[in-house]
Amino acid sequence: MATKALDDTLVTVDKVTRRFRISLWRRLMTVMAWIFVVSSFVFLAAMFLSIVGDVLVHAWPALNLKLLTDITNGIGGGLKNAIEGSIIMSLGALLLAAPIGISAGIYLSEHGQGGAGKILRFLSDVLVGVPSIVLGYVGYITMVIYLGWQFSVAAGVITLTVMLLPYIARSTELALGNIPLAVREAGYGLGAGEGRVALQILLPGAAPAIMTGLFYAVALSMGETAPLLYTAGWSNYMWTGHLTKEPIGYLTYVIWTFINEPFAESHMLAFAAAFLITAGVLILILLGRWFLVRGQRRTGAYQS
Amino acid sequence: MKIPAFRVALIATASFLPLSLLLLIVFLVLYSWPAIQFNQFDFLWTNDWNLGNLYGNPVSVHGQQIMPGARYGIWFLVVGTIVSSVLAMLIAMPIAIGSAYFLSEGVRKSWAGPLSLFVDLLAAVPSVVYGLWGYALLVPLFGQTIFPFMVKTFSFVPFLNGSAGSGYGLLTAAFVLAVMIIPLISATLREAIQMTEPALKEAGLSLGLNRLEVFWHITLPKLKTVLIGVGILALGRALGETMAVLMVSGNALNYLPNNIYAPISTMAAFIASQLDSALQDPTNMAVEALSEIALVLLLITIVVNITARLMLWMERIR
Repeated sequence: MATKALDDTLVTVDKVTRRFRISLWRRLMTVMAWIFVVSSFVFLAAMFLSIVGDVLVHAWPALNLKLLTDITNGIGGGLKNAIEGSIIMSLGALLLAAPIGISAGIYLSEHGQGGAGKILRFLSDVLVGVPSIVLGYVGYITMVIYLGWQFSVAAGVITLTVMLLPYIARSTELALGNIPLAVREAGYGLGAGEGRVALQILLPGAAPAIMTGLFYAVALSMGETAPLLYTAGWSNYMWTGHLTKEPIGYLTYVIWTFINEPFAESHMLAFAAAFLITAGVLILILLGRWFLVRGQRRTGAYQS
Repeated sequence: MKIPAFRVALIATASFLPLSLLLLIVFLVLYSWPAIQFNQFDFLWTNDWNLGNLYGNPVSVHGQQIMPGARYGIWFLVVGTIVSSVLAMLIAMPIAIGSAYFLSEGVRKSWAGPLSLFVDLLAAVPSVVYGLWGYALLVPLFGQTIFPFMVKTFSFVPFLNGSAGSGYGLLTAAFVLAVMIIPLISATLREAIQMTEPALKEAGLSLGLNRLEVFWHITLPKLKTVLIGVGILALGRALGETMAVLMVSGNALNYLPNNIYAPISTMAAFIASQLDSALQDPTNMAVEALSEIALVLLLITIVVNITARLMLWMERIR
């Protein structure tokens, strides 16, 4: 009999819950919100695909070997000089920015708890926010005019370096922060000095994450235009190796000047340059991520 | 006492970072000093950028040599910069919140990784490519189809009616800026959503709210500070964006927009586009005035960034 009573109660409960309806308004709002949430993601994905697709469709007819073997001639030609210039300046900036940025990152992570560390972190954050055109303009008035280097590789590279520093410092700091304290203690316990712990234990341990940061930095510097407009200038010819007083070509410049020319050939070249830059940047970012995943899988340690 | 060689070397190398920022500000102030003396602060709210008669003889004003008739008012740039960035924020914020929710709680974990790649890669696309995309795809599309349609539909709304323009202008620039800053906002927000205590969400769920209602009534109010902080950070990025704006904004000169389709120019884009003509000024005052614009832009972005960082620090997010 007891089970029958229980069954009756359950049936009553069931009836009550069926009668209990979520108000129409609430349902409507939830459905609307879901539609909004999904469509906002679809919007972003569509924007990404439309950018990549637009560039690819326009660049497709221009993609041939001539791009890699010819230099630009003002309205057309190839992109050999610009590709060379972009690579030289990105690698140059990386070469200068990596030691400084990684040192700053080590300092922030290992000794950054005090006042000096807080100030450094703060200034680094402020430097991230400085508009790139301002960096370029300061590069122009200091190096190009005041030091008399004129439009040159050195001025472009140093301007890019200043831009990259905070990014590298931050990614290094985060990478080192993921290493447990015990690892450092083990190092000191074996009698290693501060330098040995940092250089031979922490840096190798954080190498995949730091490398990812460097890949990101190179990608960032390859895609920049504004800091280079008034520091690197533009040249239709190959670089002859002078650090100062010789302008150099780079891909992003081609995009924004050649698209303003009235010729179809120039437009195709601009899109070809945009394709090369976008592909280069995206590949670098993906490569950096793959490097991080592989490194973490291989060493198995220090996961974030 | 043994000198800690490694520590000294580390600090010496690392100090290039703060040093470069300080030198940046010092050089900019020094170089634009003559322009600051000539312009005072009036130039911020006057609207007459004019290099003067470049073939005349220089005259002396406030102790500075300038070309006759030269004025350097930049009110149209101040308006263009702020309005385009704020408009971009208005477009970007809801979409960023929506996509952040979708990627952090809306889909299952195994899908979220690959799908979030779209957003992360969007952040990596170079700004000049955004500009090219805006120039080649958005400007014709907006100018010929969408803006005339909007003008017709919203003919009773102020600032949305009037002339539809050519497609180059405020709304196009704001749209491109919005697409550029959404990934930034979305990424930080995603991280913050995942850091919210599960207990809070569970409490909401146990009260019978569904997941979206939990997000709207509990998680989002909890993340208010983060939201404002990252919003200001993105605003700073939008204020300083150069190439994309330069290619789609229409580069207005001494012209205040009367609706959201009108051409504008921003400080950053103006610096990038005007140096060549400023170099024609034999007194060099035009170049120094551009440098003063750069200084103003730098100060604005520094203030904006400091505000944002303070807010994010309070919530322990970097």
